[in-house]
Amino acid sequence: MAMLGRKLVRDLLHIRGQAIAIILVIACGVAAFVTMRSMYRSLLRSQADYYARYRFADVFAEFKRAPDWVANRIREIPGVAQVQPRVVMDVTLNVPGLKEPAVGRLISMPAEDSGALNELFLRSGRFIDSHAANEVIASEAFASANHLHLGSTLQAIIHGRWQQLTVVGIALSPEYIYEIRGGASLFPDNRRFGVLWMSPEALQAALDMQGAFNSIAVSLRPHASEPEVIASMDRILDRYGCLGAYGREDQISHRFISDEISQNRISAMIIPAIFLVVAGMLVHLSFSRLVNMQRSEIAVIKAFGFTSRQIATHYVQFSLLIASVGYMLGCIVGWAFGIRLAKLYAEFYRFPILIYRPELSIFLWAGFICAVTAVAGALAPVLRAAALPPAEAMRPESPQQFSPTLMDRLNVRVRSAALRMIVRNLERRPWRALASAFAICTAIMIVVVEFGMFDSLDRIMELQFRDTQREDITVTFNEARSASVRQELAHLPGVIASEPFRAVPVRLRFRHRSRKTSLLGLASGSRMRLMIDQQGRQALMPPDGLILSTTLAELLHVAPGESVQVEVLEGHRLVRSLPVAALVDEPLGTSAYMELNALNRILLEGNSISGAYLQVDAARQQVLYQRLKTLPAVAAVAVKKTTVDSFRDTINRSMALSLGTLILFAAIIAAGMIYNGARIALSERARELATLRILGFTRQEITSILLGEQALITLFALPFGFLAGYGLCAQMAARLQTELYRMPLVVRPTSYAWAFLMVLFSAILSGVLVGRRIAHLDMISVLKSRE
Amino acid sequence: MTFITENLAEISKPLGRHIHAGFGDAMATVPHNTASVAEVVFHVQSVSKIYQTGDVTVTALRGVSLDLAAGEFIVILGPSGSGKSTLLNIMGGLDTPTTGDVRFRDHWLSQAGDAGLTQFRREHVGFVFQFYNLIPSLTALENVTLVTEIAEHAMDPREALRLVGLTERQNHFPSQLSGGEQQRVAIARAIAKTPDILLCDEPTGALDYPTAKLILDVLAHVNQELHTLVAVITHNTAIADMADRVIRLRSGEITEITRNVRKSRPDELEW
Ligand SMILES: Nc1ncnc2c1ncn2[C@@H]1O[C@H](COP(=O)(O)OP(=O)(O)O)[C@@H](O)[C@H]1O
Ligand SMILES: [Mg+2]
Repeated sequence: MAMLGRKLVRDLLHIRGQAIAIILVIACGVAAFVTMRSMYRSLLRSQADYYARYRFADVFAEFKRAPDWVANRIREIPGVAQVQPRVVMDVTLNVPGLKEPAVGRLISMPAEDSGALNELFLRSGRFIDSHAANEVIASEAFASANHLHLGSTLQAIIHGRWQQLTVVGIALSPEYIYEIRGGASLFPDNRRFGVLWMSPEALQAALDMQGAFNSIAVSLRPHASEPEVIASMDRILDRYGCLGAYGREDQISHRFISDEISQNRISAMIIPAIFLVVAGMLVHLSFSRLVNMQRSEIAVIKAFGFTSRQIATHYVQFSLLIASVGYMLGCIVGWAFGIRLAKLYAEFYRFPILIYRPELSIFLWAGFICAVTAVAGALAPVLRAAALPPAEAMRPESPQQFSPTLMDRLNVRVRSAALRMIVRNLERRPWRALASAFAICTAIMIVVVEFGMFDSLDRIMELQFRDTQREDITVTFNEARSASVRQELAHLPGVIASEPFRAVPVRLRFRHRSRKTSLLGLASGSRMRLMIDQQGRQALMPPDGLILSTTLAELLHVAPGESVQVEVLEGHRLVRSLPVAALVDEPLGTSAYMELNALNRILLEGNSISGAYLQVDAARQQVLYQRLKTLPAVAAVAVKKTTVDSFRDTINRSMALSLGTLILFAAIIAAGMIYNGARIALSERARELATLRILGFTRQEITSILLGEQALITLFALPFGFLAGYGLCAQMAARLQTELYRMPLVVRPTSYAWAFLMVLFSAILSGVLVGRRIAHLDMISVLKSRE
Repeated sequence: MTFITENLAEISKPLGRHIHAGFGDAMATVPHNTASVAEVVFHVQSVSKIYQTGDVTVTALRGVSLDLAAGEFIVILGPSGSGKSTLLNIMGGLDTPTTGDVRFRDHWLSQAGDAGLTQFRREHVGFVFQFYNLIPSLTALENVTLVTEIAEHAMDPREALRLVGLTERQNHFPSQLSGGEQQRVAIARAIAKTPDILLCDEPTGALDYPTAKLILDVLAHVNQELHTLVAVITHNTAIADMADRVIRLRSGEITEITRNVRKSRPDELEW
């Protein structure tokens, strides 16, 4: 076997270009697998560990106000391990350096080491002195976005009074890994929304909540039934204005982070699979060629007495050798990349703990998959080699048979003989051409999908923030106010126009389905909130009856004309049956709308409003912000532009990394395939090309004949790649559709253009590499040998 | 073989590029390594070719000098390894000499780079090889068309095939043709661009006797009617009788150049 071993090394050197292409593609597949899989596992473990160590609660409930003893009743519910009653309140903040008002969520937090649920991880500073009325611990995300540090002060309007707060600590909480306010805002905006923890005594005093609480966090015993606990809590808390207790699944931070982590799991399967399929095809193509070239060598070896099994083993070893180099490279890159990526994500999520210990099983799996790829790819050519009888193998491969092709039969007039060569060669080996086309198609698809996702998110923003929401600022009052307040707002400096709105929490029921949402009452003929129907036309606000977002209607399985039961979850808790008048297509949220006066009527209230939409003179907005900050009735001010900016920022940050990596990977697939195809064609047709050189064809001319084949394959693959990309976008749009947002299917021409550029770049790179070999084509040796 | 003669006569009229006087007995006094003084188109001056592979140096040609005239028919004889192919390749612009000068009219081949040599081959040289080297994916006609597409003074590819008597088989692929037929396609491909020089390296080496004669006949008529300078390498001394001059090589040196007083017609040759 020593001889075969030497042959193996020699062969490897001989086909090093192709071997490198295979190694790179395998390495990408393994690296992607190891990176994504280990990062996924690492994030999952870090999250679990974080939750366990800092006692993240299992069930949550918010309500208006409940006396302290209610907490004891909840503690007695079977299955409950620990309860954490608290006071939570969103207030308007004046943050130094921030022009517009921010929203702070004040949460009461017992002193250090009380074993409380949702315990804080203190990054710096200290815990709150339980008697200090103005000390807060700020969330790290909020603090760093606003450059707050220990000793910084903020002003808050608490219970209608300005109060000065001093930051004494900066901390992380398992409850607010993602700091999202909830309601309409779907993404963290760390500059304008942050969590502040305060001493319970101080907060209760400030809010007039002595002896009461308005929020509770509950942890469960092992094997306790969450739905039963939630049901019991709902029974107890209903009369205190609770909108319903919920588990971690509906806890906004947990849901977002879990969604994001589990998205990694899916891509950890798909992307490596694409690579390994391509790698298998590359191995197959290269080995078919190798075995053909080595027919006589195989015959000699067999004549020496080597068995078919030894021959087969030799080639399989060869394939495994190449695969194992790719595997090791992939493991190293994957390990290094996994650490960096996990660190990046941990920073992004602000995990205090990062556990990065990729399990051995990930590497074993990767190795197993690699081995399967290598063997599967080499199988057919290897069996052919093993089956060669020694005498047969000594004869050269039977001369290339060509016959009139489809092109000739269809009588397509191809003038250029060079083009005919290209087309006939492709038609002669259609499977090979299709395999190449498939791989290139996949690479194009990856790029189209990546950019297509950006396009869809862009479209969401357009639909929501340009077409639907026409206001500049949304002002929300801390409780429903008389409609006359709107006049006061209208007279504030910089306000060009204002429109009132009324928002009430409701539960909509249709047959056995129900959904909690907010019902928004809008002035008839509203110009700041446009209702766009499914045909893209502006829907008119019906005098009575509801307009539902399409998503909500689908969730309830209700159609226009049918009536839904509306259960108001505040005030008198009225129940009404209202017809669905129309549906509107909204990318974000599951809202229900109705005419403002009609809503006031069914709520049995006068003209009361929850807030107003404002159109603002940009030049005077500074003054307006200053004034808004000082109005005690104003609970929150949402500036549309900053919402859009933070939305964009979040998307860019979370997608840029994966975009770059995937485009690189796609380029490696495309370049690997095109290079391999051209390289094999060159080795098979060296004689033909040298003859052309002798006949006076220039190097450029024969290069274009050789690469023309790859160019034709690429051109062929291009529309299919675009189509596949579009199809996958449609798939993703359907799959990523959640209750929070629906993904419109949009792929802009620029996304196709990027995919095209990637392929073009890969093709040029491969062309340059193969072109260098053409320069060294030996014309004379061709004359000496028989084919 | 009369059809070939007729065809060539027909084709040479409109082309009429090189009208040369024949070689008379009066010229027999000229030294044999120079052709007719007025007509010389090819100068080979003290050409040596040394191959260096690792530690082994092989001198394929040592100081070869030779002048060739337009329209001459040359046969190069010599044992295997004597440097015949090396000389032909250098003259055809496939290779460059290690030392010495090679000039075709105003083309200095010894100094030319890859682009220059390619241009020279494209415009002036037709090659015929022992193993035909046809493009397997193209039919007979397309193999010829391939060359006429890039040449400036090309004839109609159908005419070229007619000259070698292959009109009927023009739409066949190489794998569907016999060896002799393939070689005739190769010749048609070589002459279709009406080259100044036709270089043939053992063109009949792989062919049987009657087929070989057929090929030689085609070569002789190309030489006569198109006045193409033809150089043929062969092992077969019988072929030497159809040449104007015979060049004998041994160990990379010209040992002898003889001029045939009377050229035989190919059908007169016997071996
Ligand atoms: N590319 C090459 N590398 C090394 N030696 C060569 C090469 N080509 C030819 N030779 C050597 O040069 C000599 C002349 O070769 P060649 O011209 O092919 O001879 P002929 O055609 O007369 O048989 C031979 O000894 C041959 O081995
Ligand atoms: Mg030779």
